[in-house]
Amino acid sequence: MDFGLSEEQLLLEKTLRSFLADEVPIGRVRELRDAECPNDVGIWRSLAELGATGILVPESLGGSDLSLLDAALVAQSLGHAVTPAPFLGSAVMVPIAFRALAGSETDGWLRGIAAGEIRFGVAATELFSIREEAGTVLSDGKLNGKAMMAMDSCAADFILLTPDAGRLAVVRGDAPGLEATRLATTDATRCATELLFAEVAPEAVFEGAEAVIERMLDAGRIALAADTLGACESMIEQAVAYAGQRKQFDRLIGSFQAVKHMCAEMIAELEPARSLLWYAAHAFDTMPEEAPLLACHALAHISEIGREISSVATQVHGGIGWTDEQNLHFWFKRISAARHMLGGPAWLRERAASLQGLV
Amino acid sequence: MDLQYGPRYEAFRAEVRNFLEAHKPEKPVGSLNPEVRHELVAWLSLQIDHGYWARTIPETYGGFGAEPDLLETVIMDEEFNRAGVARGMAAQGPSMLVPTLLEHGTEEQRSRWIGPTMRGEVIWAQGYSEPGSGSDLASLTTSAREDGDDFLISGQKIWTSGADKSDMMFVLVRTEPEADKHAGISYLLVPVGSPGIEVQPLRTMSGSIGENSFNQVFFTDVRVPQSSVVGRRGEGWKIANTTLKHERNSLNSNAEGTLLRLTRLMRQESANGVCTLESPLFRDRLMQLQARALSMKHHGMRMLTCSLKEERAGVAGLVTKLQNCQLNFDMSSLAIDVMGELGVLYDHTKYERDRGYWQAHSFFSLGLIIGGGTAQIQKNIISERGLGLPREPKPAPA
Repeated sequence: MDFGLSEEQLLLEKTLRSFLADEVPIGRVRELRDAECPNDVGIWRSLAELGATGILVPESLGGSDLSLLDAALVAQSLGHAVTPAPFLGSAVMVPIAFRALAGSETDGWLRGIAAGEIRFGVAATELFSIREEAGTVLSDGKLNGKAMMAMDSCAADFILLTPDAGRLAVVRGDAPGLEATRLATTDATRCATELLFAEVAPEAVFEGAEAVIERMLDAGRIALAADTLGACESMIEQAVAYAGQRKQFDRLIGSFQAVKHMCAEMIAELEPARSLLWYAAHAFDTMPEEAPLLACHALAHISEIGREISSVATQVHGGIGWTDEQNLHFWFKRISAARHMLGGPAWLRERAASLQGLV
Repeated sequence: MDLQYGPRYEAFRAEVRNFLEAHKPEKPVGSLNPEVRHELVAWLSLQIDHGYWARTIPETYGGFGAEPDLLETVIMDEEFNRAGVARGMAAQGPSMLVPTLLEHGTEEQRSRWIGPTMRGEVIWAQGYSEPGSGSDLASLTTSAREDGDDFLISGQKIWTSGADKSDMMFVLVRTEPEADKHAGISYLLVPVGSPGIEVQPLRTMSGSIGENSFNQVFFTDVRVPQSSVVGRRGEGWKIANTTLKHERNSLNSNAEGTLLRLTRLMRQESANGVCTLESPLFRDRLMQLQARALSMKHHGMRMLTCSLKEERAGVAGLVTKLQNCQLNFDMSSLAIDVMGELGVLYDHTKYERDRGYWQAHSFFSLGLIIGGGTAQIQKNIISERGLGLPREPKPAPA
């Protein structure tokens, strides 16, 4: 019985965090908010060199074939450093789907992901939320329609798309008939895109992929929860550090119980949520029948505590926390943008109830 | 990550399960009532003989004498829970006094008290809190002054649960009035029947339901020999802190079980002809609670792993009591809402649901948010010891 991280996992986390602190400090993130797309190619290549992009890719294809818990730890570190990178789609959701679909085409893409040469966008929003008359139709080998809020798709080499709950399609980012428009969002560290398809010919279509799509979404939800957890962790660290140096009324504000209790409440929410996340990620690989429920609960719960923690951590900073200069808003906005990316908390909870036959 | 217990432990689990199938009592035997106490003593003794209670206590003191093994404890708890019977006795003697005696008691104290306490022959109450000393326990004023070879105890204790059904008390008293407040306290063992002790029931908000009766205990020149001190004179504060550590360890809650019960209630309960589980609002609240219950369950596994590896859990280990108590209260709040206007029915009246379980659970969880260190004291501990925030400066003396 050992419910905890291994030496290797702790080392992975440490290596990644120190790399991100050195190579992608918050100043670099600030620069990237003015770029056309924040998903900088240089950062992606460096992550590939560290083995992060191929973490779920089989060893025979140049990856390290690790567990979803390892991938979640990477996602958590990226959230902690608010690093712009298409990790969630390219390194988690796409490999989970392609591993299940194993074939010569998918092998090539997986090899490219592990090498840091290929970046995938993911367009699956319509599986859980249809707005603005979005929806894509795949018939006679051509895609038509609209996908909203696609992940990391404005400068992607390929896009993995779900025209419906049972099929997956891969489209080239520069396919004729595809128009990708990045939509400005509050979160400067991620790319959200509108995709318009007019008679677009996919590179590949996978039929009967319903179970694969569910697995892909479960993995994505766990990794996204990890990203938010990491961002929360950083916000708490920043709030505690600030409370330990800022003085008002001739005292460190961290010595006031009102401030102290805000910090205690944040960490009291975070630590059990971390345990839930570990379990969900571990279940994904070892107890697949439990994973869908845990993925829904982990993301819904961490999204909820994320909203609270991001607000309270900002309040601990007082007025300065609300300024652009203090940078806290990068974390606040990353957490709030994650909240609806793979199903909002209320939707996820309804799914959790339905998975247990309570609906 | 490896959540398997392995073959040796699975064999142990099977052994416990077989024991329970063969020996599980047909009706509950937890009552401390003198007429039926022998049933409790027999059941506890049987558990000790098989090693499912007092497992790691040396045989010389009436235990089973096994090596400590946390996973065996977890398995026993799981299997007894599964069978719906209490393992041993959830009382302050076994959970708090016995570990304290094993750590600090004299040979004579251990031989005399541990066996009878574990067998339920001697029931204990804890005398710590006082009307003027709650969160600031070290300011307690109940005094024990020397009189020859004895102490004479005078003062008042409050929140002494079960004192009305107890044979003995372990009490914190001030023996060194001149010393600093933490250094002047001793830990004494006192027979509840001693002349000069008066036990008055303290009615709580939970009223008639729930066996956990609280009391106030008044001491007027109560005579005990000086040999009743556990540890050394003036070391009571340190010793009490070991005991409190045992209390916090024993405050684990079975949130998952409560949640199942809540789900069952929601399936049965309907309003305006619609099952409450069909209400999206109630269902959403249930799912929010389920996520929290799962978090606490897996957090428990994480803390267990820390203990097994003898690693410090850090701040993660300090948040359990705070979060579990609030979760329990919130679960009963949903249950009461689900019952609507009938949620207030109590005292086994007509139409009452689950024999008043949810109201009693609500009152009791609120009590636990306060007892054993209030939520606010917990937050001070989390932020100061866990996060390293500065202590609040002491006000200048008035």
